[in-house]
Amino acid sequence: MKLPALNNAAVRPAEINRRDFFKSGAAVASVTLAPGVTLMAFGGEANANADAGKRWGMLIDVNKCSTDCKACVTACSDENGWKLDGNPDTDAQWIRKVDLTHKQTGREASLPMMCQHCEEPPCVDVCPTGASFKRADGIVLVDKHTCIGCRYCMMACPFKARSFVHEDVEDQKAHAPRGKGTVESCTLCVHRVDKGGTPACVEACSATGHGAMMFGDLNDPTSDIAAALNNYASIGLRDDLRLNPGVRYTNL
Amino acid sequence: MDRSVYREVKPTPAIWMIAVLMGAFIAAAGLSVLYIEHHGHIVTGMNNQIVWGLPHVFAIFLIVAASGALNVASIASVFGKIENKPMARYSGLLSIALLAGGLAVLVLDLGRPDRLIVAMTTYNFTSIFAWNIILYNGFFAIVGAYLFVQMARGIAPEVVRAVGTAAFVWRLALTTGTGSIFGWLVARSGYDAAIMAPLFIIMSFSFGLAFFILVLGTTFPLTGRYIGPNLVKRLGRLLGVFAVAVLYFTAVRHLSNLYAAEHGDFERFILFGDTMFTPLFWIGQVLIGGVIPATLLLRHAEKTSKKQVLFASILIILGGFAHLYGIIIGGQAFPLEIFPAYEVSSTFADGVINSYSPSMYEWALGLGGVALAVMIAGMGVVAFRILPMTLSDANIDPTEPDF
Amino acid sequence: MKRLIASLLIICGLAVSGATAGSLYPEIPKAVGAAHPEGNAYMRINHMRLLRHDRDETMRLGNRDTQYSLKECVACHAVMGPDALPISVKEDEHFCKSCHEYAAVKIDCFQCHNSKPDEGFTALLMQTPVASESEIATYLDEVLQ
Repeated sequence: MKLPALNNAAVRPAEINRRDFFKSGAAVASVTLAPGVTLMAFGGEANANADAGKRWGMLIDVNKCSTDCKACVTACSDENGWKLDGNPDTDAQWIRKVDLTHKQTGREASLPMMCQHCEEPPCVDVCPTGASFKRADGIVLVDKHTCIGCRYCMMACPFKARSFVHEDVEDQKAHAPRGKGTVESCTLCVHRVDKGGTPACVEACSATGHGAMMFGDLNDPTSDIAAALNNYASIGLRDDLRLNPGVRYTNL
Repeated sequence: MDRSVYREVKPTPAIWMIAVLMGAFIAAAGLSVLYIEHHGHIVTGMNNQIVWGLPHVFAIFLIVAASGALNVASIASVFGKIENKPMARYSGLLSIALLAGGLAVLVLDLGRPDRLIVAMTTYNFTSIFAWNIILYNGFFAIVGAYLFVQMARGIAPEVVRAVGTAAFVWRLALTTGTGSIFGWLVARSGYDAAIMAPLFIIMSFSFGLAFFILVLGTTFPLTGRYIGPNLVKRLGRLLGVFAVAVLYFTAVRHLSNLYAAEHGDFERFILFGDTMFTPLFWIGQVLIGGVIPATLLLRHAEKTSKKQVLFASILIILGGFAHLYGIIIGGQAFPLEIFPAYEVSSTFADGVINSYSPSMYEWALGLGGVALAVMIAGMGVVAFRILPMTLSDANIDPTEPDF
Repeated sequence: MKRLIASLLIICGLAVSGATAGSLYPEIPKAVGAAHPEGNAYMRINHMRLLRHDRDETMRLGNRDTQYSLKECVACHAVMGPDALPISVKEDEHFCKSCHEYAAVKIDCFQCHNSKPDEGFTALLMQTPVASESEIATYLDEVLQ
């Protein structure tokens, strides 16, 4: 992962989010060449396609995450249609809060864990049919049309990110199809991201005021997340496995 | 050297009874699969923590035994031991039958077994699972060819030798692939070991031969055919060596893991823990599956009786089952170590040792796979000239030293 | 003689059942939006091919602006039940089911996909006065993408 050096304070981006940035850019780039003919620098307001130049990622600040708060989990389950139904062993959990106590120092912390969207995902390596795949922009997904439900990806994931659907599902969200007998995990809200939005968990975390989760394009030197990663120490979980996850944690 | 006469087995009432019994088990497995597919895997004991359960233990056991069952034929064709040649056809048939049984269980436990065609036509070649699908299907083809060249008239011995060698190499690749399914899982402390592949190879030698001896030792008396005592002793001695070899590889695996601090917690869980996996390892795998049968088979090997060899084979199979249960379920029961410096807890069973109690549907599916293997082997010996009329000691090379 | 009577009875029986059963062709519910420009015959033959192509476009390439997205099909071809809410594929009158049942082709889509449109579209269909075709088209194009 190439993180650009943002040493020059003058170049550091202003406090705008990506959507506004694109909107302003689109306005600037729409040049009228002739009456009725417009040159658009961007193909519409939201450039939706999975772009190989992008690498979507998240940065989670463990210090800002509160043990009592589960806004990210609730938001994800509302957005994507899964829920904890009283059977935590078999219920799907795309994201979960993990409570930590340091064995030596006794420090207590809490953080959300979901699919880490690795650059070298073990789940993609082991899937026999190629249903578990990584998009060009770094989001790791399950192609449920090809998934045969062998659960090998669940064995291979170092983060236990994947869930198996153990019973019939009804009333799925139109943007998040999920069905019995296939494996699923956090999609980084790809249906939102493709239209220029942010994942539901990140949005919910901001709404609570904790602001522990940040989302953005790791490859974009002008993004907030690239700036934060450049300035603050962060780790990927199980960095020893050299998976280069897209989700990173600070203050862990 | 006796000239071997191969004849189809006459389906006596006793054999019909066995067929009916196997049919009942297969039917039970079929009904279980329909039930699981209709209601979803929630009706089984498997969940998001114990992802592969009892059906996979049965399936892997049958697949490993399948590859090992071919050993007897390989010893004849590849290594030139004449006394094994009369058993070579049965060895080939049994290996096909066991593999079919194991694959049936594996495939029927899929979340979407209706997508088997997808699995057989869409391959991701970075996955050892995908390679295994090709290796398993190829095994059927190669052993089928091997049986053909053994049974057809007018085939030169060099051809039989060549196909036998190909089958031998293929099964080594297959078993290496099966072991690597676990050995290449870097995420879990109980797997992630290069020794898994050779461990599975040596397990296949042991379980395969044990299964072969057991089936042979029951089929022959049932059909009124004679097995020479020296032949049994030799097979028993070989089985004893394999049992000791499995103990050796197990020791190396656990000693290596114990040495590394990162795997220490897992080793303590298996070797000195307070779950069922500790007695399963020491009593089931080591004692019943290794030490006792090895002693029975190797101590005073010249005096080993047929009954002792059969008993030892049963012990090795039981111990092998315990071994695979410990590998497959034990490796999942131990939690993932994502935050090694921290105690963790969550709603998703982070940091806790997971428990597993198989449902009757899983038992039915697993046992149905064994029954399918027995049924296929039985149908083979009844329909084709697989079993020799006698396995007397006259086939043993007189110039070879006895013991 | 007996055979002649038997065959006559069978022919009569078939004729009667044929007369009372009506047409053997299934009754396919009418869709909500405008007709496909390609025509029904083309869609009947090619709908899976089109769906699969656009599925891969969306899933693997992130292009949500496709012409044949399953969400839009389900929305436009929604069939209302007695309670004025869309019915699922479990009911025989569901658009996809009515034809697939006749053709005896198993539908795999609705194990994972919802066979009813989302609440926003349902609300649009239930509003009074009735939503116009252009309103429906706008919703399909913009919101459901």
